Amino acid sequence: MLSKRIISCLDVRDGNLAKSVKFVDTKDIGDPVSTAAKYYENGIDELVLYDITASSDNRNIMLDVVNKVASRIFIPFSVGGGLRTVQDCTNVLLAGAEKVNVNTAAVANPNLISDTAKVFGAQAVVLSMDVLEVEISQKIPSGYEVVTHGGRIHTGIDALWWAKKGQELGAGELVINSIDADGTKEGYEIRLTRKIADSVSIPVIASGGGGKPSHLHDVLTEGGADAALIASILHYNEYTIKEIKDYLSSRGIKVRKT
Amino acid sequence: MIAIIDYDAGNLTSVKRALDYLGIQSRITPDPDEIMTSERIIFPGVGHAASAMNTIIKRGLDQALKESYTKGTPILGICLGTQIILSHSMEGNTDCLGLIKGDCPEFKPENPRLKIPHMGWNQIRKLSDHPILDNVDPGDEFYFVHSFYPQPHNPSSILAVCEYEIEFPSVIGCNNLVATQFHPEKSGPAGLRILSNFSSWDGNLC
Repeated sequence: MLSKRIISCLDVRDGNLAKSVKFVDTKDIGDPVSTAAKYYENGIDELVLYDITASSDNRNIMLDVVNKVASRIFIPFSVGGGLRTVQDCTNVLLAGAEKVNVNTAAVANPNLISDTAKVFGAQAVVLSMDVLEVEISQKIPSGYEVVTHGGRIHTGIDALWWAKKGQELGAGELVINSIDADGTKEGYEIRLTRKIADSVSIPVIASGGGGKPSHLHDVLTEGGADAALIASILHYNEYTIKEIKDYLSSRGIKVRKT
Repeated sequence: MIAIIDYDAGNLTSVKRALDYLGIQSRITPDPDEIMTSERIIFPGVGHAASAMNTIIKRGLDQALKESYTKGTPILGICLGTQIILSHSMEGNTDCLGLIKGDCPEFKPENPRLKIPHMGWNQIRKLSDHPILDNVDPGDEFYFVHSFYPQPHNPSSILAVCEYEIEFPSVIGCNNLVATQFHPEKSGPAGLRILSNFSSWDGNLC
């Protein structure tokens, strides 16, 4: 049986590790390469490096980070942020990433998913979606809307519909990132994660809101997620990967031992 | 020197980086002559069996692999490389190298909650004490990404199995050839141990 995966997300800005709360108030908190190496050694199952660099002039710094991380950790990792074209995706995959994470650009141009999947296979394409709870309407029957730009722009797209569409276009995995929950450490968005997990046949990764091990437990059981993403609780040393995995394991969830 | 066979099939640099990290010399090469004269061969791969076979034949790599196998060069197949050393793959219904007799069927789980590809970390169960599996413990997990799995005809070629509704062969081997369905280069310390074991394996079974 497959283990549930614990994935950490490192936000990278101009080559530095950063952490945001609700996508604003970003602080630089260290070096992404040594942090990736530390998490690898401590037993993380997978990593996401997310480029939040504002200026496109500094994109090459990110490729350098990807290259260094790939030479230092021997588990899968994906790269996201600012990937707009198949060429952008190709660059990070050649720099050593296992997968690409597409988000905003895929909303604007869904062919980015299918075109990248055609070249590299579905397993290399992760569709990441930022979602916000809204009132249920005819347009948004699930009550969750896909948003971009950290929640500032509403797309009018229903999150559940987009998840299914993403799979159809060739995404190999989905990241469901709740903007409501992001950075709050009050728990993952369980309801939507469950709805999506029940409606697609590709792995679902829950993101946003993980503040303690029981939150991961809940989203991996009730939420039906295959993996959970954690950030601040690791970055600020609130819990170790071992503590989280021991907790999950003691409650009957199969995880890879650290 | 380990030759990593280049046939445009993904994960070549990951294997190279893992070997570099371990201090093991290797070179990525599409050249059949260089492959045939190297001490060891890694046959990696991510992608589609039929299109991979096309490239392999076009580059004359099929002959290079067959000859190297016959003369006893230690060979390690990884993922797609493991599937196309068999006689046939159901992926694209294509004839493959046939170094080990067998086929490569597709997962068809009865449980609708089991996702395909089989992707993520899973345990293996050793059926044989092959040198490549030295110091691999029962609890160790490895990283898999695949929709098809290797099924050698001769059960003695199955060195380890993995469970995903069914038990399927996850490490296979015969003589100087050994192959893993998972990615040792992406399987953390346990995977690195396998690469390290391979780098000192002389191709004999004991």
